[in-house]
Amino acid sequence: MSTPGQDANWPLYEVFVRGKRGLNHVHVGSLHAADPDMALHHARDLYTRRNEGVGIWVVRADEITASSPDERDPFFAPSGDKVYRHPTFYAIPDDVPHI
Amino acid sequence: MTATVEEQFDQVVAHDRRIEPRDWMPEGYRKTMVRQISQHAHSEIIGMQPEGVWISSAPSLRRKAILLAKVQDEAGHGLYLYSAAETLGVDRSDLTNRLITGTQKYSSIFNYPTLTFADVGVIGWLVDGAAICNQVPLCRSSYGPYARAMVRICKEESFHQRQGYELLLTMMRGSQSQREMVQDATARWWWPSLMMFGPPDADSPNTAQSMRWRIKRHTNDELRQRFVDMTVPQADALGVTLPDPALRWNESRGAHDFGQPDWEEFKRVVGGDGPCNADRIAHRRAAQENGAWVREAAMAHAAKHPRFAPFSAPDQPDSGRPKVQSGGGSA
Repeated sequence: MSTPGQDANWPLYEVFVRGKRGLNHVHVGSLHAADPDMALHHARDLYTRRNEGVGIWVVRADEITASSPDERDPFFAPSGDKVYRHPTFYAIPDDVPHI
Repeated sequence: MTATVEEQFDQVVAHDRRIEPRDWMPEGYRKTMVRQISQHAHSEIIGMQPEGVWISSAPSLRRKAILLAKVQDEAGHGLYLYSAAETLGVDRSDLTNRLITGTQKYSSIFNYPTLTFADVGVIGWLVDGAAICNQVPLCRSSYGPYARAMVRICKEESFHQRQGYELLLTMMRGSQSQREMVQDATARWWWPSLMMFGPPDADSPNTAQSMRWRIKRHTNDELRQRFVDMTVPQADALGVTLPDPALRWNESRGAHDFGQPDWEEFKRVVGGDGPCNADRIAHRRAAQENGAWVREAAMAHAAKHPRFAPFSAPDQPDSGRPKVQSGGGSA
């Protein structure tokens, strides 16, 4: 992280905000902070100046493991050929109600 | 399925979908995005200064609170944009260095001085008005993180413009000298505001490529025309005269004809030779240097008080959830 004698660069945190009760936390952006507490306070000041949130998560960007867009097709391929997982796969006569 | 990465990129752009950070992108696209987003971020950060100097001299507590909130928003806009730039693999402190060493530019508009409190109102009305014209189409820019930052910014710019216009309306209802201050500030900021859209299309070599990549949606001249057409009735309602003898409604075009700004002045100011360029950079550099010990102390504190041990003890099972912070609301 910081090198002694050099200007200390704060690590990057990703910020997730719950807009209101009943909604998931959603990624809104990132910021730099020295530690998680500071990240949380900066996230409040930066991303919720107008009541945009009721809850915030911050997580260090280098702790996130992400799928790679280069592998998008093979990675998600297993769900591509399972049409029977969708309700429209099943033909039901029109006169059967509520299904 | 066998499309090359370049064909995939072209298709995403052509279908008006968004390019996301880890997607393959042409090197020119990445460079253009880094340059555009970071210069936009620098503009927001430097843009705090012209109005910031009036915070301690605001004429009432109400105006001071409004101005503080506005300048804080400008800082926020800069940070949203630096955050978007970093998704392209650049480092924020490196961008700051490029700003304070003058190797990256920012909008020429912030190199003009704010002489009276009417300037605060005119900046909100004209400068933020021009910024809105420029920025609304960028909400549909092809680079996802930039477009999303612009959505946030545009929501907040409307407050900026309205508080400025309301400030000017209030001054126009005041004394004769206050009305003269508004007229004077309008005359000084009008031409620099028109320069905010960039050089005429004929002298803007990057526009065509940026429009092909859907980074830009309209040409400089289209946006400038839109701004003039929007602003003329606002000037009438305010009771000020825009300082352009060539400005008149053109019935056949259904738009206003207007004169050209002094493009030589624009080149000089962008090139570093404007009224306040040296002050703006010196101020930003001083803030960076004077804040260095704070950043270092915060890192030293964080190193002394690690929140999470590298390996958590077995009697503290990890819930897999972010820890709830005091004062941070419920996770």
